[in-house]
Amino acid sequence: MLGQLITSGIAIGATYALMALAMVIIYKTSEVLNFAQGDMAMLSAFVAYMLLSDYGLGFTAAFTGALAFAFALGAFLEFAFLRRAKEPNLLGLIIITLGLEMMLYGIASWRWGADQKDFPFPVSDFEVHDLGGGVVISDLNLVTLGVACALMILLFLFFRYTKVGVAMKATQQNQQAARLMGIRVGRIMMLTWGMSALVGACAAFLIASTDTLDPNLMWTPQLKGFSAAVLGGMTSLVGAVLGGFILGVVENLFGGYVSVEFKSVVAFAVIVLILCVKPSGLFAKHYVRKV
Amino acid sequence: MDMKRDYYEDIRLLDSGPQVFWLIALIAALALFPFLAGSYHIYTVNLMAIHVIVALGLNLLVGYTGQISLGHAGFFAIGAYATLALMQNLGLPFLIALPLGGFISAGFGFLLGLPALRLEGPYLAIATLGFGLTITQILGRLDFLGGHMGLQSPALNIFGWTVDSDAGRYAVIMPICLFLAWGLRNLTKTRVGRAFVAIRDSDIAAECIGVNLTYYKTLAFAVSAFYTGIGGGLMAFVLGFISPHTFNIMVSIMFLAMVVVGGLGSVLGSVMGAVLITWLQLELARIGELPYLGPLLTELSKQVFTVSGLPNVQYVVFGLIMVLIIIFEPLGLYGFWIRTKIYWRTWPF
Repeated sequence: MLGQLITSGIAIGATYALMALAMVIIYKTSEVLNFAQGDMAMLSAFVAYMLLSDYGLGFTAAFTGALAFAFALGAFLEFAFLRRAKEPNLLGLIIITLGLEMMLYGIASWRWGADQKDFPFPVSDFEVHDLGGGVVISDLNLVTLGVACALMILLFLFFRYTKVGVAMKATQQNQQAARLMGIRVGRIMMLTWGMSALVGACAAFLIASTDTLDPNLMWTPQLKGFSAAVLGGMTSLVGAVLGGFILGVVENLFGGYVSVEFKSVVAFAVIVLILCVKPSGLFAKHYVRKV
Repeated sequence: MDMKRDYYEDIRLLDSGPQVFWLIALIAALALFPFLAGSYHIYTVNLMAIHVIVALGLNLLVGYTGQISLGHAGFFAIGAYATLALMQNLGLPFLIALPLGGFISAGFGFLLGLPALRLEGPYLAIATLGFGLTITQILGRLDFLGGHMGLQSPALNIFGWTVDSDAGRYAVIMPICLFLAWGLRNLTKTRVGRAFVAIRDSDIAAECIGVNLTYYKTLAFAVSAFYTGIGGGLMAFVLGFISPHTFNIMVSIMFLAMVVVGGLGSVLGSVMGAVLITWLQLELARIGELPYLGPLLTELSKQVFTVSGLPNVQYVVFGLIMVLIIIFEPLGLYGFWIRTKIYWRTWPF
C-alpha cells in the first residue's frame, strides 16, 4: 500500500514537475508568474490532436509539429503582448498573463467545443511493470518520469554551460547590465517563452494521454505546477522538480491514509504552511529587498 | 481646482458645486430607476451594484494596500453561505445575518492576512489562489451547507416586508452599495487609509515611519473580505440559489479584472470597472444574438470554429480587454476619465 502510494505519487508528481519546470524557466528570466502556461500547453495538445486525427499524420510528425507550434506560440505571446507593457509591475504582468490565459481558453473552446476527446498516444497507461512487493508502475508513468528527469538535466546543463543559458541568467539578475554587455534582452525573453511553452506542451501531451482532452485539461496541473514551483523556490530547476515529486507523494499519501475527498486541496495547505516557515520556498536563497 | 490648500479640503467628500449637483442627480436617477425600467434591467443593475461592492473591497486590498489576491471568490462564497446558514439554521433576520456574514468573512480575511505578512508578489498570488480553491472544495463537502447540491435562499424578510421582486431587491441592495462606497471613500482619507497607501508604496519605509505592518495588512485583508462577504450575502438573494460552482476561480479572476480595468486605487474606477465588466458579461454570454456582429460570428463559427463553442468568445474579449488595458492605460478607465477631464478643462489649448 505504502509503496504503491509513493510510486504513483512520484508518477503523478512528474507531471507537476514538468509544469513547474515550464514555469520556473520563465520566472528565472523575466520574473513573470505565467498564468497562461497551462492554456498554452493545452492549445498545443489540441494542435497535436488536430494533426493526428484531422490530418492523419504519424506520431513523430504530429508531435514535432505541435512542439514547433508551442515554441512559436510562446515566442509570439512574449513579442506581441508582454514586451508591449509600459513600466510593468508584478500585478500588471499577472493580469496580462491572466488575460492571455482567457484568450487562449476562449479560442480553444470556440474551435473545439467543450466535449472531451480521446488523445491518442503511443505509450499505454495499462501496460504495467511489477517493481516487486505488489508495487506496479505503468509504461506511461515511466515515460513521464523519464521525460521530466531528462528535461530537468538538459535544462540544468543548458543554464549552466551554454552561452544562451548564461545570458538568460544574466537577464534575470540585471536587465540593464545584461543589455550593456551586449545581450539582446528582448530576444532572450522570446526564446525563454518559447522554451517554456515547449516544456509545458510535453507535460500537456503526457497529461492528455492519461486523461481526456478538453479545454479545462491543464487548470489543475498548472495550479499544482505552480505550487510545486513555489515549494521548490521559483528560481531553482532542481527545486521545481523535487517540489513536484514531494507534492505528488504528499498528496497521494494524504489521499490514501487521511481523506480522498480533500486530496486535491492538500497541495495548497502544504504550500501555505511551508511558505510560513520558508517564505522563498525550500530550495531557493531568500533575498531581502532593498528599500 | 485641483490644488488643495489645507487638510480639510483634502478629506471632504465633494469639492465643487458641480459635484454636488451630479451626486444629487445620480441619487435621484437611482431612486427613480426601478419605477422606469423593466425587471431584467433591474436585475442587471442589482448584479452591477453587488459587483461594485466587491470591486471596492478588492480595490482596497489590491489598489490601495498593494497586496494581490486571486482568492476573493472564496470570501464571496463565505459571505453568501454564512448569511444563508445564519438565516436558515439559526433563524436570524436578514438585516442581522448579512453583517454577521460579512464579519465571518472578515475573520477569514484576517486569517489569510497572517501568512500574507510573510509572503509577497507571486508567492502571495499562489497562496490566495489556493485559498479560493480550498474554500469552494470544503464548502462542497459540508452537508449542512447543502454540499455539491448547493443551497436555496430563503424568503427575504425585512420588518415584515417580504422582498420577492427584482425592484424590491434593488431597494435593499442599492442603499447598501451607496453606503459602503461612501464608507470606503472616507476610509481611504483617514489615518488607516493613508497607512494602506504607505504600505503599497513601500512596506519597509512605512514600517520605519511607524505603521504597524501586522495590524494594517491583516486589517486590509479583513476589510476587503468584509466588503466581499457582504457582496456574497446579497448575491445569494439575487441568484436565489448558490452552490460551490457559483464561486469558481473564474469569479476571482473577473473580480480582479473589474478592479484593473476600472483603475487601481480609485473608488470611481472600481465602480466603472464593475459596471462595465458586468454589462459585458451579460451581453457577451449571448453574443450570437447581437445585431450585425452575431450573424457574422455565427457564420465564422460554421466555417472555422464550432457553433456550440460560440459563447466562449466572451473569454477572448475579456482577455483582450485586460491585456490591452494594462498595455495602453495602466490606470484603467479612471485614467481615461482623468485625461478626458483635463483635456476639456484646458480646451482649446
